[in-house]
Amino acid sequence: MKILARIGFWLLVAGIGLFSIFPFYYAVISSFRSGNDLFSVAYLPERLDLSNYVAVFERQPFGTNILNSIVVAASVVALSLALGITAAYAFGRIRFRGRSLLLMTILAVSMFPQVAVLSGMFELIRGFGLYNTLPGLILANLMLTLPFTVWVLTTFMRELPKEIEEAAFVDGATPWIVVRRVFLPLMMPAAVTTGLLAFIVSWNEFLFALTFTLTNERRTVPPAIALMSGSTAYELPWGTIMAASVIVTLPIIALVLVFQRKIVAGLTAGAVKG
Amino acid sequence: MSMSGAALQASAPAQERVPGGRSSLTRSRVRSAWIFVAPTLVVLALIAGWPLARTIWFSFTDASLNSLDDYQFIGFENYLANYDGEWLGLLTDPDWWHSVWNTVWFTGVSVSIETVLGTIVALILNASFPGRGLMRAVILIPWAIPTVVSARMWNWMLHDQFGVINDMLLRLGLIAAPITWTASPDTALWTVVMVDVWKTTPFMALLILAALQMLPGDIYEAAKVDGVHPVKVFFRVTLPLIRPALVVAVIFRALDALRVFDLIYVLTANSRDTMSMSVFARQQLVDFQEVGLGSAASTLIFLIIALLIVIAMAAGRVRPSGEAR
Repeated sequence: MKILARIGFWLLVAGIGLFSIFPFYYAVISSFRSGNDLFSVAYLPERLDLSNYVAVFERQPFGTNILNSIVVAASVVALSLALGITAAYAFGRIRFRGRSLLLMTILAVSMFPQVAVLSGMFELIRGFGLYNTLPGLILANLMLTLPFTVWVLTTFMRELPKEIEEAAFVDGATPWIVVRRVFLPLMMPAAVTTGLLAFIVSWNEFLFALTFTLTNERRTVPPAIALMSGSTAYELPWGTIMAASVIVTLPIIALVLVFQRKIVAGLTAGAVKG
Repeated sequence: MSMSGAALQASAPAQERVPGGRSSLTRSRVRSAWIFVAPTLVVLALIAGWPLARTIWFSFTDASLNSLDDYQFIGFENYLANYDGEWLGLLTDPDWWHSVWNTVWFTGVSVSIETVLGTIVALILNASFPGRGLMRAVILIPWAIPTVVSARMWNWMLHDQFGVINDMLLRLGLIAAPITWTASPDTALWTVVMVDVWKTTPFMALLILAALQMLPGDIYEAAKVDGVHPVKVFFRVTLPLIRPALVVAVIFRALDALRVFDLIYVLTANSRDTMSMSVFARQQLVDFQEVGLGSAASTLIFLIIALLIVIAMAAGRVRPSGEAR
């Protein structure tokens, strides 16, 4: 009985592991196969054919797409953190009238369905002359990252002991100095966590990127992959699509594996304790 | 300006009741608080509040995408209008209601499955066994893969002729002929649910795991000493204790599922069988250029989700907290 339970447990663990990894594993295998090979199913890698990886950069501006994604995501992270840390200091450390109302409003924004702002955002971005540009996407993506950045950083900020800034204030420091000299170093771990989450959100964002860009050179990676097509509509270049998928997924998987603990902490900050 | 004044005021304690100048310090800190939150508030008002207001406004106009500045106010006609005794508008459009039904069905089924599977995965990860850390990293992989990419991976795996899923099932003898997973009306929505379960169960599992890890160990010691069956312990002890966390996780997941777009758009394109509310609204807005009608759909989606949030918060009496999508 004990042994059966043990075997069952390990089967379950193996099953979950296999189910989690298989699609990515299959994408990697497929990305190394091309031409007629793809029309038969293979479960094990056969050879290392890199032609799909060459094709993805030759047939379209995929390098530019990756660069666009990096620029957009990095800017979104930088802006979210700069705005988020200053706001979180006020929300987390200072009692002022209207604080919880403002926090609730910011939380409400994080629950906005993206499509609910789509036409207004389109008008705004076109009004600023930012249609089909990267700054337009950066602006739009801030709507997705800023609310939770403020929220999670506020949660972290609240947990720091009260004495920290009191000493600094007694010494005559201004709030701005306190934020920069005292809290910024203390907030580094939390900033890394929220920054990573904001990066992932921006890296994966699709609806805005699809709607606010027009030309292939301005697209970020998700719409580029979603709109990848072959010579005819019925003949999708699956090998190339899988190669592109593997290329953009590897850095994210690496990030997640390295920062696993931090990401989990960020995801669960507040959500459970609340 | 007022920030540099803070130091001055702090060093000049005076007529205040609280000794040590704390309340003038407090006052200057409150002032600085507003300066600190102002940039964030301005940005959010610009990129969230204003576009939302404009979307609601557009829903009362006949604007179209290529002439966004040239439109007329038409009242509720995008929602409901009566021309010669015939009712028109979004609220009479069967395609809209079909997309509402798809979204609700998708949300109900996928979140239920994810909650049950997520709990099972969390319980496993909460047990100690060799390789637990590795396992925890492995289940994060589906969550980390961009939705568009995972939709494409599954598209390929579910390919009706060369797909690995059909091949497996055929080899195992579970099906007699290949299935057109994403195209057939019988399987399309289930396929979407399956891919969503694959992608988001890890998120559920991690939230539940975090709750499990905060439970006191001594209860379980006691249960073990008393020889209570583990299944009974789960339903009588664990489940009630993690219920609040579970409710929060379910609410967040449900809100996320209600606005589903990427997955359905990439997996099944604009197919009517699987079209969600968000896909419907975007199709009206961009593909058909009907900004008025599309904004009306967007506004309804916003209202539906806002209403559900209010209901959920009132029913669960949970204080929501921050998390990432």
